[in-house]
Amino acid sequence: MSCPAALKLENVHTYYGASHILHGIGFSLPRGATLSLLGRNGMGKTTTVRSIFGLTPPARGRIEVFGREITSLPTYEIARLGLALVPEGRGIFPNLNVEENLVMAARSGHKGRMDWPLNRVLDLCPRLAERIRSFGNHLSGGEQQMLSVARALMTNPDILILDEATEGLAPLVRKEIWSVIRRIKASGITSIIIDKDINTMLSISDHCVILVKGRVVYSAPAEELAASPEIHQKYLGI
Amino acid sequence: MTHSKPLVFLLLLGVFGLAAFPFAGSEFYTELAVRLMILGIFAMSLDLLIGYTGLVSFGHAAFFGLAGYVLAIITPESAPVSIWFALLACLAASALAALAIGWICVRTSGVYFIMITLAFAQMLYYFFNENTALGSSDGIFIYHKPTVNIGSFQLLDLDNAHTFYYFTLASLVLVYLLLSTFLKAPFGRVIRGIKANEARTMALGFNTRRYKLVSFIISGTLAGFAGFLEATFSGFVSPAHLGWHESGLILMTVILGGIGTLYGPVLGAFAMGLMEDSFQDMTDHWLLLMGVFVIAVVLFLPNGIAGLGARGAKLLSGVFRPSGGGTNPPAAKNKIPGEEP
Repeated sequence: MSCPAALKLENVHTYYGASHILHGIGFSLPRGATLSLLGRNGMGKTTTVRSIFGLTPPARGRIEVFGREITSLPTYEIARLGLALVPEGRGIFPNLNVEENLVMAARSGHKGRMDWPLNRVLDLCPRLAERIRSFGNHLSGGEQQMLSVARALMTNPDILILDEATEGLAPLVRKEIWSVIRRIKASGITSIIIDKDINTMLSISDHCVILVKGRVVYSAPAEELAASPEIHQKYLGI
Repeated sequence: MTHSKPLVFLLLLGVFGLAAFPFAGSEFYTELAVRLMILGIFAMSLDLLIGYTGLVSFGHAAFFGLAGYVLAIITPESAPVSIWFALLACLAASALAALAIGWICVRTSGVYFIMITLAFAQMLYYFFNENTALGSSDGIFIYHKPTVNIGSFQLLDLDNAHTFYYFTLASLVLVYLLLSTFLKAPFGRVIRGIKANEARTMALGFNTRRYKLVSFIISGTLAGFAGFLEATFSGFVSPAHLGWHESGLILMTVILGGIGTLYGPVLGAFAMGLMEDSFQDMTDHWLLLMGVFVIAVVLFLPNGIAGLGARGAKLLSGVFRPSGGGTNPPAAKNKIPGEEP
């Protein structure tokens, strides 16, 4: 019997009020793989993430995590199944200090796995170790983003979703974040990445999916898209 | 939920000042201080909801008044009741009411939460207001203060004014320490996370509704404790104790004192009480002056009166710290009052 996909979406339709945003999205992500979710602004990438997490539950369709349906589960139960999110806009808690932000999220993973204890997370993000007592609103943008990634790791996730993890950051800081993401991938965590830096994304990813107006228009191995500038031009405008 | 050393110093100074007050102040002002300390406990309980959980309740007086009525009901005219029984009954009633009301209220948010808490409080208000067995709108007297005995040994005599003063002061300090401990614990981190970003907290795997309910119950129970003290002290409880006016007053006290600081609402209670007392001596139109005071604080002290305390602590830390040794981070635009690193 084959191992179920880490994450599988089938014919997902999501609405914001009367607006139909996702029109039957579907893709599947094998365990340990990294997927780039691509598309211009407003094509439904963040809505896909919100649908997976139950923050904007799908009206129709099916979402599975390791073979278990999660479509109608509340957000906190979905998170407890091993999903972690680094949200667009960072979403750190400004009224907690770095240590509190991290310790608050600490949870053992599947079967009590503790791959990411606090000291390992701080080794990965040494800047946070230096600012351990600083409040979230006293951190720079890069440090806040690092904190958001580190906090997600503290949940010992099986699947990590990074939504615009390097948005609005200086090139040097972006480089640092990408280096952290590469090390996370090397640790074997299944991940979905959404970002503007398509070349770096594709160099990290195994697979890619392009969304246009809430539909999957292209799904292929990442190296195939990297070698197809006409697809870039057609769907991503670059 | 950490305070800088100078702020802790100022808070300790305040507690020692209150401890010394009965020796210097007149009987009238000692009684006023008791009322303000009780109001401070009530305000701190609401601060847990507003300042740390992000839930603005406009019906918090429901628990305050309910506990008073429970004390009135269980205290016979002929003899006092034991404080252990009375306190248990009052706190249990407040906690149960908070569980029932909160279970529904935490399913709403924003302005709907405000309205539904107000609606529940008004339901209780009308229940007691129309209940002739409980004195209806005239209220009901409590003829004896509870006894504080262990076996046949009398531990405290609450009929003694000074004893009751120190009992209230100890309660104020204990509630402050209890809430501080809650807020430093994992539970406190989660509710502070909910206040900052509920969706994010949920996405970390926390059932935020359950945490909000627990916070609501703790807050309601502590409001009940304040109500128990008030009813014991005044020997009287009326529907006004759980009306919207009382809920509005305590909400204003928390906002004036400084949301999300715990000590701020206590300062707010004292400021409100002392201003009211001064203005009443000055003019019959003292409510107008109270209005000016409230507007001035809101306009010029955006972090409430606690903002002044934090500034004082900063000045003190400048005095105590050797020159050039400062490691404070740059001030952030949306700094949380009282939560300096």
